[in-house]
Amino acid sequence: MVKYICKRLGMAVVTIWLVATLTFFLMNMVPGGPFLSEKAVSPKAMEALEAKYGLDKPLFEQYCTYIGDALHGDFGDSLKQRGRTVSSIIASKFPVSARVGGLAVLAAFCVGVPLGCLSAMKRGKVGDNIIIVIATCGIAVPNFVVCTLLMYTFGAKLGWLPTLGLNSWKHYIMPVTALAFYPTAYITRLMRSSMLDVLGQDYMRTARAKGLNQFVSLFKHALRNAILPIITYLGPLLAYTVTGSFIVEKIFTIPGLGGEFIGSITNRDYTVIMGTTIFLATLMILMNVVVDIVYKIVDPRINLK
Amino acid sequence: MKKRVISMLLAAVMTVSLAGGTMMTAAAEEAAEGKQLSVQVGPDPETIDPALNSAVDGGNMILHAFECLLTIDQDGQIAPGQAEEWGVSEDGLTWTFKLREGLKWSDGSDLTANDFVYSWKRVCDPNVAAPYAETVLGMVEGFDEAIEGNLDALAVTAVDDRTLEVKLSAPCTFFESLAAFATLSPVQEATVEANGDAWAVDASTYVSNGPFMVTEWVPGSYIIMSKNPNYWNADAVKLGSIKWNLIEDSNASYNAYQSGEVLMIKDVPTEEIPSLEGNDEFYVEPIIGTYYISYNTQVEPLDNPLVRKALNLAIDRDYVANTLMQGTYSPATNFVGPGWKDTDGSDFAENSNGGEPYMKAEADIEGALAALEEAGYPNGEGLPVLHYSTNDAGYHKAVAEYLQQAWKEIGVTLEVEIVEWSSFTPMRRSGDFEIARNGWVGDYADPSNILDLLYSTNGNNDGKFNNADYDAAMDTARSTTDAAERSAALHQAEDVLMEEAACCPLAYYNDFWLQSSKIEGSWHSAYGYWHFMYADIAE
Repeated sequence: MVKYICKRLGMAVVTIWLVATLTFFLMNMVPGGPFLSEKAVSPKAMEALEAKYGLDKPLFEQYCTYIGDALHGDFGDSLKQRGRTVSSIIASKFPVSARVGGLAVLAAFCVGVPLGCLSAMKRGKVGDNIIIVIATCGIAVPNFVVCTLLMYTFGAKLGWLPTLGLNSWKHYIMPVTALAFYPTAYITRLMRSSMLDVLGQDYMRTARAKGLNQFVSLFKHALRNAILPIITYLGPLLAYTVTGSFIVEKIFTIPGLGGEFIGSITNRDYTVIMGTTIFLATLMILMNVVVDIVYKIVDPRINLK
Repeated sequence: MKKRVISMLLAAVMTVSLAGGTMMTAAAEEAAEGKQLSVQVGPDPETIDPALNSAVDGGNMILHAFECLLTIDQDGQIAPGQAEEWGVSEDGLTWTFKLREGLKWSDGSDLTANDFVYSWKRVCDPNVAAPYAETVLGMVEGFDEAIEGNLDALAVTAVDDRTLEVKLSAPCTFFESLAAFATLSPVQEATVEANGDAWAVDASTYVSNGPFMVTEWVPGSYIIMSKNPNYWNADAVKLGSIKWNLIEDSNASYNAYQSGEVLMIKDVPTEEIPSLEGNDEFYVEPIIGTYYISYNTQVEPLDNPLVRKALNLAIDRDYVANTLMQGTYSPATNFVGPGWKDTDGSDFAENSNGGEPYMKAEADIEGALAALEEAGYPNGEGLPVLHYSTNDAGYHKAVAEYLQQAWKEIGVTLEVEIVEWSSFTPMRRSGDFEIARNGWVGDYADPSNILDLLYSTNGNNDGKFNNADYDAAMDTARSTTDAAERSAALHQAEDVLMEEAACCPLAYYNDFWLQSSKIEGSWHSAYGYWHFMYADIAE
């Protein structure tokens, strides 16, 4: 397994390098630049700005400098948020997104798995139908609608929950719910179909035939096999969710990383684009490795080679 | 099995502890004594370093943390700031500012004329690359050398601790406005040199000299400014602190206003405006700025002033401003709108064109058709399809659709191209368009600030308008020290601009916002700033 992990990590470095290279050249191909605004900056100021950040150099040289610096852990200064380094932006905003996102994934898992099991066990009955309808809604309704509805109902009309920032546990309820909505629905559906699949297997029939209690057979025999697809989904989901959601963070004014992904692109804040992209790619690859390892733990039959 | 349960539990605990670990406390609110005013004027500012800022929201915050040599008072007039007296030599080239006695920084150290010398030179420093350097200091002697790196060439000197002398290379009658411009706020040399650009992103190093000082900044969340006890006029400051809520989404800010969490919001959702009419807490006030359309005067048929004139006349500006834009703009009948100051301090627009507006607010289809016929395109026949470029934000798209419809009435076919914002600006600047949305909000109230846009070599002259009479009038305005002559030249420039239909003024900008009646003693200026420094909250 150690050999496997080393191999995966080696591949990860190559993948990250590819992502970085592609992002670097693609973002430079898009017209516009970080120092443009409605009012023209004087040509001299523009020259000075470009010289200060090395944007006056040939593209390939910029690329080499960037990769060199990045290898030393220096991801540069933000071109728009003057005075902040990319690392400091990620370091201050990621924990905020990670808290909200981590809780959302946890909630999605804790609600989605039991609901999916329940639905599979009550297949075709009223309970199953209700769960299916809710889950379908969850997948069909976009994030911003959920946010707006929550905010309108619990924030504006009922006044039960605060709508601004993250100052207390109450502040977490709406953003976490909004973020967890889609994955919960998705996990429920995934769990249901995977559970149905497992319940139809021969060994489950055997377990029932030898008179095993329904819950024991479900938890001991079925769940363990049925949960594998959820784990596959959970890896990338976690990576995406903990890096923040643009929409949810914007609506609830959460100072997370989500806004930086979109904001840096519209602002052409090159160093922040690179930094956040590399960060997300790294996290994504790491999570996939973790998923593989968890696989092995949950299902010892899987051979990691 | 047991192991798995334990590991799952561990994972759960870890996630929960993440949430509980470092929740933001309301520490700042407790720290600040006195009343706290909670407002929203924009999202996270890109910067609140006076030299680097070029945005209105950042400028608004800087205005509370710093004070320039001069300030703009509630009536829009120049007033003493850090300087109590000032004057200019007879040739208009040497300005002298006398600072108040006993000025201090927020950290308690002394503030002297040398601090202004350092700060102004810093604005020219190519390593700082201040976007407004040329606008605010371009007329100072030695600027050209300073911007190349020889900072000592800039003719700004401290005669003594309380006297600052500035030598100009050409007279500048509105230099007082520049001395009140946020870019020229003093910054503390020791702090800036020790921390570089990063001095302005951390409350602990953000030393300032204004009525308030930054005590906490959570990026993307809020900035708290507490009363600065070392400010010379601190006795007049009634608030204990101001909380700038950095809300980006207008619905979120509207919600925060309704729930009472925030007492003033700048970002009001436009869809709420009809329901706010007649509401005492909803304000609409003009700012100095014009929403206009640039014609690319270098391409056919837009190189013909008659065609441009026809297009200008066919627009119902009253409809655009009051219906389409829901009254959040006002119809533009001149290029230089209300709020800009003539050389004698009166309203420039009231003196324009013999006191008459250049255009009617309503459409003049007959006049437009007559102009087209004179240009050789009767009823628009023979005109090629024209293209209008704009980005999609605010009312831009609605305006584009309206233009399509309005110009159709005079036989003009318009195709609309929506371009992403960051691509739109360079495209417009390079002249790669036929007709494009444009806009300008004034930096200072002197009309040259907006009239310069159509000067042939100006970097913001997107339509490449090139007219000798216009340039000559602007040159006169720039070189003369005689107020009456200068005023006449500026009005003449606008006459030429409107006669030639160099561009198409559409609407004047307004600020519209919600403000609780509990806030007393605050005001909004024509520069688009809210002044809360002397405000109070009624119980």
